[in-house]
Amino acid sequence: MERKWVKIKVNGKERQLYLKPNDLLLNVLRDELGLMGAKYGCGIGECGACTVLVNGRPMLSCLILAVTMDGQEITTVEGLGDYDQLHPLQQSFLDHGAIQCGFCTPGMLVTAKGLLDENPNPSEEEIRDYLRGNLCRCTGYTAIVKAVKEASKAV
Amino acid sequence: METNTKILACEYQYLESSELGQVLTWLEEYGEKAAVLAGGTDLLVKMKMGNLQPDCVIYIKKIAELDYIKDDADALRIGATTSLATIERNEVVKTYYSALYEAVRSMAAVSIRNMGTIGGNLGNASPAADTAPPLLVYDATLKLVSQQGERLVPLNEFFVGPSQSVLKPNEIIAEIIIPKLGPDSGSSFLKLGRVSADIAKINVAVYMLRSGSKCESCRIAFGSVAPTPIRVPQAEAMLNGKEINEELLGAAAQAGAAEIKPITDNRSTKAYRQKVSKVILQEALQAAWQRAGGAL
Ligand SMILES: Cc1cc2nc3c(=O)[nH]c(=O)nc-3n(C[C@H](O)[C@H](O)[C@H](O)COP(=O)(O)OP(=O)(O)OC[C@H]3O[C@@H](n4cnc5c(N)ncnc54)[C@H](O)[C@@H]3O)c2cc1C
Ligand code: FES
Ligand code: FES
Repeated sequence: MERKWVKIKVNGKERQLYLKPNDLLLNVLRDELGLMGAKYGCGIGECGACTVLVNGRPMLSCLILAVTMDGQEITTVEGLGDYDQLHPLQQSFLDHGAIQCGFCTPGMLVTAKGLLDENPNPSEEEIRDYLRGNLCRCTGYTAIVKAVKEASKAV
Repeated sequence: METNTKILACEYQYLESSELGQVLTWLEEYGEKAAVLAGGTDLLVKMKMGNLQPDCVIYIKKIAELDYIKDDADALRIGATTSLATIERNEVVKTYYSALYEAVRSMAAVSIRNMGTIGGNLGNASPAADTAPPLLVYDATLKLVSQQGERLVPLNEFFVGPSQSVLKPNEIIAEIIIPKLGPDSGSSFLKLGRVSADIAKINVAVYMLRSGSKCESCRIAFGSVAPTPIRVPQAEAMLNGKEINEELLGAAAQAGAAEIKPITDNRSTKAYRQKVSKVILQEALQAAWQRAGGAL
């Protein structure tokens, strides 16, 4: 298979990558760029653990060919905040105990970011609906929904 | 072969272009060996599972001229690579095309709707495709294009069987054309999944055009109950030209349920589908009639 040079902006930084046509965005982020936030859960679009923002909209990096992202802008959970300055959503997840094992958290956070960018003041029902593709085996969702709601007040 | 959904194991040549003409030239050249890639939410799953191994993958989402919603005087025109999320956010769809709006809203989750396209939902030709029943009851037509030119195919002649349509290997769907609906009309969509936002066990769409207390014209389509999404003409005939009341809607729902021939599969049993189809059709009929301004 012929490799192809692509330019992708990841968390604000322009990256030049030499990719195989069957490289998945998720594996490029994790293996080539060392961004371990997005997770492999199911690989078939059912769990949301691999969610990243493409041009600001949540999408599933396990079902995206990385070559198709040429010229696009990707935000992973690492792009939301950093250790010194957490994003209000990250802080709110901590404050509300919305993280247990943490596996679903990066996907939850970027999806919630997509929500607040689209709808800065969502109702509880809107939060639940928007996050319906992000599965969590630990928290039972209540704390997550609350964390997003509270964060919406801070953002 | 053991499936490993962490990677995409198969190898192929990757082609992309922002020019429709270039894509049609490639399709002419590669034909059945090529797979068209839009949102990838069906195609990449199939390729990961080893159900499909194209020699060449042609990416069409860079073709800007296929991504639009146009509200023309005679019809609503939707470009094939328009994402489900764009359709969901469109005010005209939301206000006038309730069945399509409800169908898209019911699909998967926001991330899949951001990726998936309407052309992909139809091109996949799944009997469970959620946009199919609404588009069938709207009497939608597809514009198919190839290097030879374009042809118009009514959606009710498009699907042939599970994963099969009349689309030729050198063609793509370019546009979905939905005729303007009458002023006193209403439509609705309902679906049952195993869990909310799931692929349908059964789905149904209804369109009704009202004239006073009579139904001037009614169309009903089911998905997941036959090898293709289907209309149920006997039930429609019971309502066409008739005074509408609860009882008649109930009888038509009964008739519609008797017309379908569901199967037992891993999503549901035949007996369950038969029973529940009457219930959801009756509800969908009531909603469409009331949206058309009709009283019950
Ligand atoms: C987790 C999950 C949940 C889902 N839930 C639902 C659901 O609730 N309801 C539902 O209906 N579907 C559902 N789907 C299926 C899928 O998301 C939709 O069918 C979607 O609309 C497919 O669009 P796409 O652009 O991703 O198609 P792709 O995967 O890119 O393509 C699908 C097929 O259509 C062909 N194709 C694409 N575009 C064209 C074109 N313009 N002309 C001709 N052929 C074309 C491709 O070659 C391929 O064979 C789900 C999928 C997943 C993974
Ligand atoms: S890993 Fe992508 S949705 Fe589960
Ligand atoms: S915190 Fe463990 S899966 Fe959500």
